[in-house]
Amino acid sequence: MNNLISGKRTSGKRAPNAARSAWLSGPFIGFVRKEFFHIIRDKRTLFILLVMPIVQIIIFGFALTNEVKNSSIAVLDESKDEATAGLIQQIDASNYFTVKKTFSSVQEIEPEFKKGSIKMVMVFPRNFAEDLKHFNKAQVQLISDASDPNLANTMNAFATSIIMDYQNRINNDLKLPYTIKTEVRMLYNPQLKGAYSFVPGVMSMVLMLICTMMTAITIVKEKELGTMEIMLVSPLQPLKIVVAKAVPYLLLSVVNISTILLLSIYVLDVPIQGSLLLLVAESILFTLTSLSLGLLISTGTDSQQTAMFISLTGMFLPTVMLSGFMFPIENMPLPLQIISNIVPAKWFYFIVKSVMIKGVGIVSIWKETLILAGMTLFFLLLSIRKFKIRLA
Amino acid sequence: MRTLKFLLQKEFRQIFRDPAILRIIFIMPMMQLLFLPMAADYEMKNIKLTVVDHDHSSYSQQLVSKITASGYFKLNNYTASYETALEDIEHEKSDLILSIPRRFEKDLVKENESKVFMAVNAINGVKANLGGAYLNMIIQDFNREVRLKWVQFPRMNPEPAIEVTYSNWFNQLMNYKFFMVPGILVVLITMVGSFLATLNIVKEKEIGTIEQINVTPIKKHHFILGKLIPFWILGLAILTLGLVIARLFYGIIPAGYFYTIYVFAAVYLFSILGLGLLISNYTSNQQQAMLISFFMMMVFILLSGLYTSIDSMPGWARMITQLNPVTYFVEVMRMVVLKGSGLQDILPQILTVLAMGLFLNSWAIFSYHKRS
Repeated sequence: MNNLISGKRTSGKRAPNAARSAWLSGPFIGFVRKEFFHIIRDKRTLFILLVMPIVQIIIFGFALTNEVKNSSIAVLDESKDEATAGLIQQIDASNYFTVKKTFSSVQEIEPEFKKGSIKMVMVFPRNFAEDLKHFNKAQVQLISDASDPNLANTMNAFATSIIMDYQNRINNDLKLPYTIKTEVRMLYNPQLKGAYSFVPGVMSMVLMLICTMMTAITIVKEKELGTMEIMLVSPLQPLKIVVAKAVPYLLLSVVNISTILLLSIYVLDVPIQGSLLLLVAESILFTLTSLSLGLLISTGTDSQQTAMFISLTGMFLPTVMLSGFMFPIENMPLPLQIISNIVPAKWFYFIVKSVMIKGVGIVSIWKETLILAGMTLFFLLLSIRKFKIRLA
Repeated sequence: MRTLKFLLQKEFRQIFRDPAILRIIFIMPMMQLLFLPMAADYEMKNIKLTVVDHDHSSYSQQLVSKITASGYFKLNNYTASYETALEDIEHEKSDLILSIPRRFEKDLVKENESKVFMAVNAINGVKANLGGAYLNMIIQDFNREVRLKWVQFPRMNPEPAIEVTYSNWFNQLMNYKFFMVPGILVVLITMVGSFLATLNIVKEKEIGTIEQINVTPIKKHHFILGKLIPFWILGLAILTLGLVIARLFYGIIPAGYFYTIYVFAAVYLFSILGLGLLISNYTSNQQQAMLISFFMMMVFILLSGLYTSIDSMPGWARMITQLNPVTYFVEVMRMVVLKGSGLQDILPQILTVLAMGLFLNSWAIFSYHKRS
């Protein structure tokens, strides 16, 4: 693979090294060109491969947030006094909630929940302001549609903090003794933007998809159509044929890496804190890992549907589920936490997050880098071995 | 009718003779249904905490033990230097730093006011926000306890307090699996409906057998029905399998009626298969078809409200969700399974998806040509 990279860079010049010139000799370049034509002539596929990262970045960056924003809620206000009016206005003015409906009886709640038009109901009992003034104590009830427990939890927490804010404003005049004040600082992502955790995730997803699935499928396609036989009887070594198939996808991935990085900097405002060179180098390493995984899959399958099935269930889903960017790994049951260690994307996600957002250097991520390199080597050796067995 | 019968026979044989397809149909749903709900858990627990204690007083220790006893936080490190704590965050060993300054206890008792400092790893914004909020709540609680100890309050509470009570409907146990499993079922049915049907037709194109069908007197609508019906039946079979798994492994019994789910699924499969046909009409090989359906499915599934709430999305994304059949099925599934909604409640969704299906299928029939 090393030869492959250096070969790509020095192509055109006369290579001094004999071993290197073997890679650069006519037939190999010819095969690489053939693969390029395959990809470039299939306009629809090429379009999707290049547009996919853009669409993903935009969807993930803008549309997919776990934040609670503009949740539709309803109010059941039985006291209708200045205190409840003030509170409702506070809630409605916040980014989190929009008061959509006003109920006058408890019976109205369930049908609305069943229609799914509101997510939470705030219930104020009779004499809210009176109780607050005279007994220094009043009650609010939050009824939430907990079919989505996360949303319900978050809504409860946000509504409570708005209510507490309101209460503190009333209390402002009273100077209370023995107060602990808290000061919070958000590290790395002071505006709490979702893109900070999604960009590294999308990068691992796109690279995994393009490199693993596409390489596996293209090789298997040649097997299925019978053209693989034709190539195998050519004088070129089988290993070189396979490498020639991988080169175009490596280049395509480099294009995609640049697109993703440019989009995240200029569209999503996620800056690269660490070294760009290190980030790109690590991405290429991960691309190689995925490519070799694709090769491995292709050696073991002989129909496109099976190849797709394996790359999808075996590679893609674990990448999405177990790399930690969508679902926190520490919340998973222990067996899944252990399995997550063999998912290459998990390590890559950690690396990108560290370099891009925390801005650390190679010193902090050498362990993860080594793991990825080791995985690449392992997949490559295994697929070369399996490939030879098939040809024997 | 006879032609259709033979076509159906052919399709079913083809499907059941291909081990790869059978694997896709039966293993994939099992795997996803068994693993995904376990992995997809956003609940905040085990937030890793590093405490920097410069005070080492009895109050600072009380505060720390109150925090760890809450169940949300796991004390990862207890140190005296802020630098060490920052390193913990850098290496992902810790999500949150609580720094207690020197003279914390003294200031609190003598000056009536003291301060603690929190630093949160905010790369995951939501987690940071919630983690910070929980910690704040615990500290306020602790504050109240301290105050109670030092101040002789008069009979009546001098501090006006609004008490908030919560009640969570439809999912009292707040079990995330009850929410995720119905949604994942939708994804499975969608995958079977769109991927398999598309691939099936495109494969005939790639291998050339479609030419053979084209030269026979088989009518356009017979051919399309012959492709639609088997996958429609398979989709419903997957749904049944999924419901059985949901019941056996997760103990999920729909609050509503089963027939409501099946009525909607039947309509939904009709429209999603139409989409599959459409994709196959506009692609010429399997690789292309896979990539395009994968791309569309990804957008559809991500923008369906399965993982994140639609309300939080910006306007343009909400528009897309309304044109997306997956959104409606996810919504209906959750309504029927969790809230027990009936046919009347989901009528708008049924009509929308039916309209989509009619549109997609007419387009598919219109764009299918027997001449190549």
